[in-house]
Amino acid sequence: MSKPVEQLSQVIVRFAGDSGDGMQLTGSQFTSETALLGNDISTLPDFPAEIRAPAGSLPGVSGFQVHFADFDILTPGDAPNVLVAMNPAALKTNIKDLPKGGTLIVNSDAFNERNLQKAAYETNPLEDGSLAEYQLHSVPLTSLTVGALKGIEGVTPREAERSKNMFALGLMSWLYGRPIEPTIEFLESKFAKRPEIAAANVKALQAGYAFGETTETFAVTYEVKPAKLRPGTYRNITGNQALSLGLVAASKLSKLPLFLGAYPITPASAILEELAGYKNFGVRTFQAEDEIAAAGAAVGAAFGGALGITTSAGPGVVLKAETIGLAIMLELPLVICDIQRAGPATGMPTKPEQGDLLMVLFGRNSESPVPVVAARSPSDCFDAAIEACRIALKYRTPVYLLSDAYLANGSEPWLLPGVDSLPDISTTFATEPNDGEDFLPYLRDEQTLARPWAVPGTPGLEHRIGGLEKADRTGNVSYDPDNHDLMTRLRAQKVAGIAGDIPELEVDDPSGDARILVLGWGGTYGPIAAACRRVRNNGRAVAHAHLRHLNPFPRNTGDVLRRYDNVLVPEMNLGQLLKLVRAEFLVDAVGYNRVRGLPLRAAEVADAIEALADQ
Amino acid sequence: MNELTAKDFRTDQEVRWCPGCGDYAILAAMQSFMPELGIERERTVFVSGIGCAARFPYYMNTYGMHSIHGRAPAIATGLATTRQDLSVWVVTGDGDALSIGGNHLIHALRRNVNLKILLFNNRIYGLTKGQYSPTSELGKVTKSTPMGSLDWPFNPLSLAIGAEATFVARAIDTDKAGTTAVLRAATEHRGSAFVEIFQNCPIFNDDAFSFVRDDKEGVNRIPLRDGEPITWGANAEKALRQRSDGSIEICEAGEEGVLVHDAHHEGAALAFALSRVTQDTHGGTPVGVFRAVERPVYDDLMAEQLATAVAKRGEGDLEALLHSGETWSIT
Repeated sequence: MSKPVEQLSQVIVRFAGDSGDGMQLTGSQFTSETALLGNDISTLPDFPAEIRAPAGSLPGVSGFQVHFADFDILTPGDAPNVLVAMNPAALKTNIKDLPKGGTLIVNSDAFNERNLQKAAYETNPLEDGSLAEYQLHSVPLTSLTVGALKGIEGVTPREAERSKNMFALGLMSWLYGRPIEPTIEFLESKFAKRPEIAAANVKALQAGYAFGETTETFAVTYEVKPAKLRPGTYRNITGNQALSLGLVAASKLSKLPLFLGAYPITPASAILEELAGYKNFGVRTFQAEDEIAAAGAAVGAAFGGALGITTSAGPGVVLKAETIGLAIMLELPLVICDIQRAGPATGMPTKPEQGDLLMVLFGRNSESPVPVVAARSPSDCFDAAIEACRIALKYRTPVYLLSDAYLANGSEPWLLPGVDSLPDISTTFATEPNDGEDFLPYLRDEQTLARPWAVPGTPGLEHRIGGLEKADRTGNVSYDPDNHDLMTRLRAQKVAGIAGDIPELEVDDPSGDARILVLGWGGTYGPIAAACRRVRNNGRAVAHAHLRHLNPFPRNTGDVLRRYDNVLVPEMNLGQLLKLVRAEFLVDAVGYNRVRGLPLRAAEVADAIEALADQ
Repeated sequence: MNELTAKDFRTDQEVRWCPGCGDYAILAAMQSFMPELGIERERTVFVSGIGCAARFPYYMNTYGMHSIHGRAPAIATGLATTRQDLSVWVVTGDGDALSIGGNHLIHALRRNVNLKILLFNNRIYGLTKGQYSPTSELGKVTKSTPMGSLDWPFNPLSLAIGAEATFVARAIDTDKAGTTAVLRAATEHRGSAFVEIFQNCPIFNDDAFSFVRDDKEGVNRIPLRDGEPITWGANAEKALRQRSDGSIEICEAGEEGVLVHDAHHEGAALAFALSRVTQDTHGGTPVGVFRAVERPVYDDLMAEQLATAVAKRGEGDLEALLHSGETWSIT
């Protein structure tokens, strides 16, 4: 007999376990199953930088949070409703986030003396009453899994035990009415070369599902109806995947071969790995000896007429500064993707932050303006990548594309764009002399101030460029004082002029009555938009504007900011955009700043907005 | 099409090296050698880093880039890898290639990117006005080392061979015929070609190489000719011979076991041993092609992978790419 079904509007599930427990896989498969049901989704993986910290230890805990709902959602959720904890360490590090009354499913088999000790529990929390305020489901996941897999030939006891994450996934799939067929297909293809392992995992998954149906531990099952999303075809996508696809699309749209120079670094490596799989799109990926060479090779490729890209995170981007200065002087297109992570030096490699804004704007010698584009959500990385390439190609300039560790690894459904709807970003190479019989490599386009791009192989346009100051028009080496002043201003004007070629800053203020504007940029879009919804639901008006272009700012930015009594700038840094808007627009904006290595929470931003309104 | 001459490779830019600089001779050799290559000017690119030598591209009427300190091999790698139709040359110096750019040099060599790398070695920092370089001899007294330098110098050829270079040669700035022969061999080599050119800096390190530059009688130059016994001296009376431990000693030309030069020998040991023969250690300096072996070329391999991917999966289709993975529709 089937159990009663309870309707829910939204659920936030967090899977937490040891790094070796396969929590990322469990979470992403649960996400795939959920996507196919038509819910809106947002996910947040949270894992340590260590590949395998000591088993059972607190630093070794890896988590994956999935938020799914029957309406359009903006964030992975501030706190889970359901926590699945595979061992004591996972419980210890995550229980503080679970609100009282929340559902807690634990693998009771893992709560032995040794694991309890590793997690610094003096008594067993499953027995000492400390979890009384939660809906605790203590399930012996390991032994149930091992029991279910008895008789599958060629599977060692250790391999059987390792399938417990699939048992947990089966149980959760039953609890929330998710279909397990896509996961079965996935497992069969993933372990195609080891059919016995595929069989073990499928069996564990099915056993978990059946356990939910038969056990008395769970009295009800839940249903979350599909969300009313815009019609179209969707796929679930992470920021790094979307960014990679955006670069491939930009290559197609510009009709230029893509060259990526990269050095492996968290959290940007996935872009190198993803693009390495698109060789049939003419994509060349070059894993360089260091960050400097990665950027340099991209500049060399750009000189030859390719779409030159380099990807990294802050600690690698600092090393590229010199090359970006060269690209500014050479006036060649180059896109530098900075997948921001937390902290100076090595910091916290897997955690997000918005700490690189001032670095990408100013972290170079002398007057060296670079346009900056920032992505606001995982799927938006696709459009942001195309936009960064468009500006780089049209204006012959290096462009920074900013993402962060949260966007990079987080995922959401992406409404697939029609290829026909994507912008034409094609460009033209110089093929003829532009001054009588001569070719002047620094004779600028009157409108864009971009210089001609004459690639080697073009007869008659042989020319030399370099890092020394250029004479206007001819590009010859020049130490003339007035020429340097002119060229410095021309380079600045060229970048400033892009403001005329980007959309105006839009304001989201449904009532039109707001006196407070919340100004954000990049990866904080979700939490800020969700916070504004909460404030409005509480009966107050608030406006939200979110910057995609950080240099130059949209041309109406000052007007927008000056329209409000108060401007609040929430950031995952200590106030970098805040500093810029105060300096640029003389607006007395205030910041809300957290640098915890986690995305902002909608609730805390909402509190900050209301506190400002109450002043 | 008219035959090109050296003049066609000159630019309208005033050459700004110091009077007597060895770079003039190398530039002249390059400009007169280029027309022989039969490569169009527009398909030739010179990329340099920073230093006196790095001004070279400004004076060659081809495509060129004067880039940043030490990075020319990396920049040229990106160019050569995307444009197999080009002839890409890197011009560098001992500081540029071996100090600030050491990492890029060794990796370009091991990858065997199709680049011709010319290292103008003057054993001093010229453009920054006279500090010691990574090839300066131990104890070198300069402005930055008033009591003598403390670091042991690199042997550029040993370094290149150790870095898996497939073509390694040495030339002397004033020896136009020898330089041209080496450049020609470098051009014919597909892959990374590394050429050290002894270059005199008359201002900060004059006469550093006078033992071979002024060696009219040939008592100090040891010419390396493929397939011939390695002999030298005013009357070709001296010769090289390999000891049982692999090192090289001097013997008389008529003696048993005189080395016959084989630049194409697969193993790098002999070329390395030859690179250890120096004026200081052996009283002679080998000049010519030390090593020239074939190995897969990075840019060719990359092009092959792209072609294989297209053959297997077809030309990339953007619409299909966006729709790959698990998709679902909402109506």
